[in-house]
Amino acid sequence: MRSFAIFMVVLLNVLPLRSEEVIAGLSQNSVSLTVNFEGSEILIFGAVRRETAVPEDSELDVIIAIEGPPQPVVVWRKERRAAIWVNTQSQDIRAAPSFYAVATTRGLADILSQDADLTYRISPQLAIFEARGAGDASARATFTEALIRVRTAEGLYQQHEGLVDMQRETLFSTRLTLPKNIVEGRYTARVFLVREGQVIDEFETFIDVQKAVLERWLTNLAFEQPFLYGVLALALALFFGWGASALFRLLQA
Amino acid sequence: MQVYLPIAETSVNAFTLLGVGGGVGMLSGMFGVGGGFLITPLLFFIGVPPAVAVATGVNQVVASSISGVLAHLKRKTVDLQMGSVLLIGGLVGSLIGIWFFNLMSALGQIDLIVQLSYVIFLGIIGGLMLQESLRALRRANNPAANKRKLHQHTWVHNLPFKMKFRTSGLYISIFPPLLVGMGVGILAAIMGVGGGFILVPAMIYLLGMPTKVVIGTSLFQVTFVAAFTTMMHAVTNQSVDVMLAAFLIIGGVVGAQIGTRVGLKLRAEQLRILLSLLVLAVCGKIAFDLLWTPSEIYSVTVPGRF
Repeated sequence: MRSFAIFMVVLLNVLPLRSEEVIAGLSQNSVSLTVNFEGSEILIFGAVRRETAVPEDSELDVIIAIEGPPQPVVVWRKERRAAIWVNTQSQDIRAAPSFYAVATTRGLADILSQDADLTYRISPQLAIFEARGAGDASARATFTEALIRVRTAEGLYQQHEGLVDMQRETLFSTRLTLPKNIVEGRYTARVFLVREGQVIDEFETFIDVQKAVLERWLTNLAFEQPFLYGVLALALALFFGWGASALFRLLQA
Repeated sequence: MQVYLPIAETSVNAFTLLGVGGGVGMLSGMFGVGGGFLITPLLFFIGVPPAVAVATGVNQVVASSISGVLAHLKRKTVDLQMGSVLLIGGLVGSLIGIWFFNLMSALGQIDLIVQLSYVIFLGIIGGLMLQESLRALRRANNPAANKRKLHQHTWVHNLPFKMKFRTSGLYISIFPPLLVGMGVGILAAIMGVGGGFILVPAMIYLLGMPTKVVIGTSLFQVTFVAAFTTMMHAVTNQSVDVMLAAFLIIGGVVGAQIGTRVGLKLRAEQLRILLSLLVLAVCGKIAFDLLWTPSEIYSVTVPGRF
C-alpha cells in the first residue's frame, strides 16, 4: 500500500514532464552504397503524442540531428613557404563525426539553451572531441571551426535552421541528404522535442550505411587479402590490355 | 551516370572516367607514350584523392603497355639482358619510392610531393617536347640542317663492372642502366607513371642504345616495374581502386586502338606540338594550385583513409 502511494506520487511528478512525447520514423533505415550511388535523401517524419491540450504558454520546437560514425581526424593548416603553399601546422581531433546534419524548426540558438546543448551535444562544435592538452584552447577552437567549415563545404556537415516543417504543433517532417562521399557505418538519427530551451523528449533511431555486395567484397579483399587484391588488379589490367588489342586484331583480319 | 569507387569512397561520373581513359589512350596510341603522366593529374582534377590516383594510375600503365611489350617480344626488338638490368634497378627504385610515399603520407605531405613532382617533370617533358617538335618542324622545312651523331662516347662508358649487351651491341658498365632503372622505379611509385618519358631518352642519349630496341626494352621494363609497384601499393597502403582502374583501362585500350589508326593518317609534328602544349597546360594548372593563395588554408585528413 505504501509502495503504491510512493508510485503514485512519483507518477504525478513525472507525468507533467512527459506530457508530450515524440514518435518518429525514417523513410529508410538502411542505405546501400551501390555502384551508381550518388547520395541519398532521407525523409524524417513524426508526431507529438499528448494526453492533454496543447500548452499555450510556450512554443514547441523540433530538432533533428543525424550523426555518422565518429573518426579521429587531423586538421592541417597551410602556410606559404618558398612561394608554395605547404601544410605546416596540424591539430589532432580525437573524434569527429564523419557526417553531421542538424535540422530545426527555428534558429538553433533561439530554441535551445546552452545547458541543454551541452547535455545532448547538438551543435556540431559540441559533437567534435578535441584532443586534450596539445596547444592552447583558442588555437584548438580555430582548428575545430576549420574542420566544420571544410566539412560543410564538402556537404558532410549541414545545418538547416527552419527546415523542419511543423503542422498544428503535432506533425513534423524534414528531408536531409546524405551526400555521395559518406562513409560506411551506423548513423544515429535523434529527434528532440524542445520547449523553453529545454529538451522535453528524445527519440533515437539508426540508419545503417553499407557498401553493396560487390563494393563490400572489393573493400574487404583490399584490406584483408591485399596480395590477392593486387593479383586481381593486375589480372584485370593484363586481361583488358592484352584482350583489347587481340580483339581489334581479330576485327581487322 | 555516377560510379561509386569503393576504395576512394566517393563517386565520380562514369563518362568522365571513360573520357579521361579514352582521351589519354588515344594520345598514347598516336604518340607511343604511356599516358600515365596525364591520367594521374587528370584524376586529381576530377576529385580522386592523389594517393588513389597514383596507385590506380600505375595499374592502368600495366594495361596500356602489355600488348606493346608482347608485340615487341614477338618481333625480337627487346634487349632482354639490358631490360633485366633496368628492371632490377626499377624494382629497387620502386621499393624506395613506395617507402618514401608511405612516409610522406604519414607526415601529411604526400599531396604536395606528388604535385611538386608533377610540376617539375611535366614542365621538363613538355618543354623538351615543344622544343624538339619545333626543331623537327624547322628541320622538315630545311632538310640541309645537320644531324646528331648516332653514337657518342661519354663518361658513362668509362665506369667499372662492364657487361656485354649483345642485342644492343654495347659493352658498358652496369651502373648507368641500374641507376636509370632505379630512377624510373622511384617515379613510378611516387607519380603513378610508367616512366617511359625518362627511360627512352636516357636509353638513347645516356646509354647509347640502338633506337630499334629502345621502345621494346623500355616497355619491357615499364610493364614489370608498374606491375610490381601496383602490387606494392595494394599491399602497403591499399590505395589501388580496381573499379576506377576498370573504367580507365576500358576507355584507354579502346582509345589507344583508335589513336594508333588516327596517328598513321596525321602529320605528327603539329600534333606533337599540341601534345606538348597539353602537357604544359596540365603542369601550369598544378603549379597554379600550389602557388595561388587557396580559398581555404585548412584541410582535413582521416588517418588510414585517403
